[in-house]
Amino acid sequence: MATASLSPSALAWQRFRRNRLGFVSLVLFVILFLVSLAAELVSNDKPLVASFQGQLHVPVFKNPPETAFGGDFATPTDFLDPFIRQQFQQPGNWAIYPLNPYHHGTLNYFAKEPNPAPPSADNWLGTDDRGRDLLARLLYGFRVSVLFALALTITGTILGVVTGAIQGFFVGKIDLAMQRFIEIWGAMPELYLLIIFSAVFEPSVSLLLILLSLFGWMGLSDYVRAEFLRNRQLDYVRAARALGLSNWAIIWRHVLPNSMTPVVTFLPFRMSAAILALTSLDFLGLGVPPGTPSLGELLAQGKNNIDAWWISISTFAVLVVTLLLLTFMGDALRDALDPRKLKQEAES
Amino acid sequence: MSPLLRVHNLHMSFQGREVVHGVSFEMQAGEKLALVGESGSGKTVTALSLLGLARGAWVRGEAMFNGQDLYKMAENDWRGIRGSEIAMVFQEPMTALNPLFTIGDQIAEVLELKKGLSRQAAWQRAIDLLNDTGIPEPERRVGSYPHQLSGGQRQRAMIAMALAGEPKLLLADEPTTALDVSLRGQILALLDSLQAKHNMAVLLITHDLNMVRRFAQRVVVMENGLVVEQGAVAQVLSQPQHAYTKRLVDSQPERNVFEPVSNAPVLLQATGLQVHYPVPRPGWRGWLGRGSFTALHGADFELRSGQTLGVIGESGSGKSSLALAALGLIPFQGEFQVEGQTWQGKPKADLPLRRALQVVFQDPFSSLSPRMTVEQVVGEGLQVHAPDLNPLARQIKVLETLADVGMNEEQFPGLLARYPHEFSGGQRQRIAIARALIVQPRVLVLDEPTSALDVSIQKQVLDLLQRLQRERGLSYLLITHDIEVIEAMAHHVMVLKDGHVVEAGTLDEVMNQPQSDYTRSLLAASFLAERPASA
Repeated sequence: MATASLSPSALAWQRFRRNRLGFVSLVLFVILFLVSLAAELVSNDKPLVASFQGQLHVPVFKNPPETAFGGDFATPTDFLDPFIRQQFQQPGNWAIYPLNPYHHGTLNYFAKEPNPAPPSADNWLGTDDRGRDLLARLLYGFRVSVLFALALTITGTILGVVTGAIQGFFVGKIDLAMQRFIEIWGAMPELYLLIIFSAVFEPSVSLLLILLSLFGWMGLSDYVRAEFLRNRQLDYVRAARALGLSNWAIIWRHVLPNSMTPVVTFLPFRMSAAILALTSLDFLGLGVPPGTPSLGELLAQGKNNIDAWWISISTFAVLVVTLLLLTFMGDALRDALDPRKLKQEAES
Repeated sequence: MSPLLRVHNLHMSFQGREVVHGVSFEMQAGEKLALVGESGSGKTVTALSLLGLARGAWVRGEAMFNGQDLYKMAENDWRGIRGSEIAMVFQEPMTALNPLFTIGDQIAEVLELKKGLSRQAAWQRAIDLLNDTGIPEPERRVGSYPHQLSGGQRQRAMIAMALAGEPKLLLADEPTTALDVSLRGQILALLDSLQAKHNMAVLLITHDLNMVRRFAQRVVVMENGLVVEQGAVAQVLSQPQHAYTKRLVDSQPERNVFEPVSNAPVLLQATGLQVHYPVPRPGWRGWLGRGSFTALHGADFELRSGQTLGVIGESGSGKSSLALAALGLIPFQGEFQVEGQTWQGKPKADLPLRRALQVVFQDPFSSLSPRMTVEQVVGEGLQVHAPDLNPLARQIKVLETLADVGMNEEQFPGLLARYPHEFSGGQRQRIAIARALIVQPRVLVLDEPTSALDVSIQKQVLDLLQRLQRERGLSYLLITHDIEVIEAMAHHVMVLKDGHVVEAGTLDEVMNQPQSDYTRSLLAASFLAERPASA
């Protein structure tokens, strides 16, 4: 073999890339996510750059009061106001607006149609029942969902790996105690607790994250425990013990890297489960606080305004595409990490 | 007379990769042919192709059996062949028998399908067949499930099942490899007598030349999917023509060790070494406490500097428990001292002992972490035992040690950055030895160091171990089931059976004047008596 040596993880990555569907899904998902991260520059009610009477403003970052543009009040400028628009029509003044000139919370007081408004040249996907632009809501809602799912996946994975590793490596009494604890903890009525907590505390994204994290790690911990149980009795771990390595070093350098396959395989599926969980809770009104852009809240609106088909259909489409991309990625990842394929490759 | 089976120009490929490149051989009716080769030589898939069982393989060529070409048969026609014309005995009887049916059911099923016997007649015939294969009390055993039989009995039942259809050709794929040494001879003798009784042809697939000598009339030697040599056993094995056959014949390990010095300092000393494992008790008592299983009942031994103590025993004899106890990896009772010190059970306090005592395991595929580079694997010991070494000095030591076990950058460019999956079994075993050597131990515990390797590689690894012992004055605690390895390596021998030491003494005493019956049967079973005059 003349090429550089590749670690098993690098080989798995190569196999993942060879899976066209999975790799394209990953690229698309990353692009969508990056666009949504830059949502303020793509969909905003403030111009990116504005020049008024020779003075340059960057309203996206620092919105000047209306007086700066010849208005009467010292309040932040509403760029949808026909008066302001008119000001910028005058020669010498100009403004570059983002692609979609609405923020997720923008209320267009000067809309031509009653709310919810169907898709039009002003609002490409229409508005929701409060007159907010649907495209903007979807973009920001997607960002909230993905960020939330990432955070939930990371906390859940860390908790699951740590608890699974402790159980699987130290076995015996610790394992027994923790397993019983997990059984009890897993029997708690999760949804019930969420309802109670959302009644007691002020609902917020971080409260939701904490609550869901508390219950989201158990499935993974079982898998990691099983992997640790299998790997800890392999000869390379025995050899490491015979070399006098500490438990910590053995876990960190020998057992953990070889136990990560189920963890990595589950990542995309955990992401999609987290997005779905947040959407369902929002749909029920138990999720993020009112005003936060959220896919679940849009679905609820779609249900309440059954005539406004654009709300339910476009939200549904965003959800389906997101979950499909994640599922395709997960399938490709699972195939890439299949131990049987790893072995085949090693033999050839 | 036309041959019973004529395989001509057989090519087989899996997923576009050809593994058998044009194999041809013939078998006469009633002939005993051995197919010899190392793992990956294509011998097993060649045999499987004769039953149409090579899953996912693309087969090209011709196999004339009784005037019809096996490779041109439709799936339905195979049923007329399998079991009644050609039958197979597999390597591992535990997985080849269905655990949910009694062996009587499984044998009778063949008879009902292939011979059209009634249930009752089939059952009676199954008892006769089991009787033929030498299973005691066949009337009772016929109703046993596979797990209720011993390994040897399971293999006998497998053979009874294969013979049920009275095949003209029996394919035996490493029929004794999964069995303990003392059983191997018995199974081979059984095959021999049944072959003579039914006058069937037997194709024995094996890597063991001793078995070939003892069993076969003709031999076909395969290497990398090619037949390199074939002919009468006596001729091929005494005057091998092809380089590969020569290497195989020559792979009998040679003894090249210093004779023991009687006043050499004692390194390891064990008195009444015992190992117990907790086991769950059956029934309600399991709730109250755990029982204990004694894997090793008090072993006394000592190992002197520069010498090798060979521990020999079959599976379940407690020899691996002894190795793990000596390494301080499992709790034990009794006294055990390494240069006057014993295991404290505390990681810090045990470090000097860990350095003095290192280990090489049997399976080179599970003994190296697949996600660490060679440098990380070999250099790990230095991080523990010489933490002040800077990375460059550590790298130099790793390279030196690897060179010592015969691996260098010229052979393997980028050696240090490679991962274990890029190496063969023998090379991995060298890396494992380097990992143990780098901390400069006094004693190496060798737990079946060669039994997972191909024969010709076994010799190389044993040669390496002998050279290291001569150069570095290492002491070995050698655990094995293979008498040939003991003969080549050991100065003193200890024989274990069911956790008891049944015999101990110098190599000469144990080999030439064995005191216990068990040792004698072990020696007889390992075919040493059959070996040509060279031994």
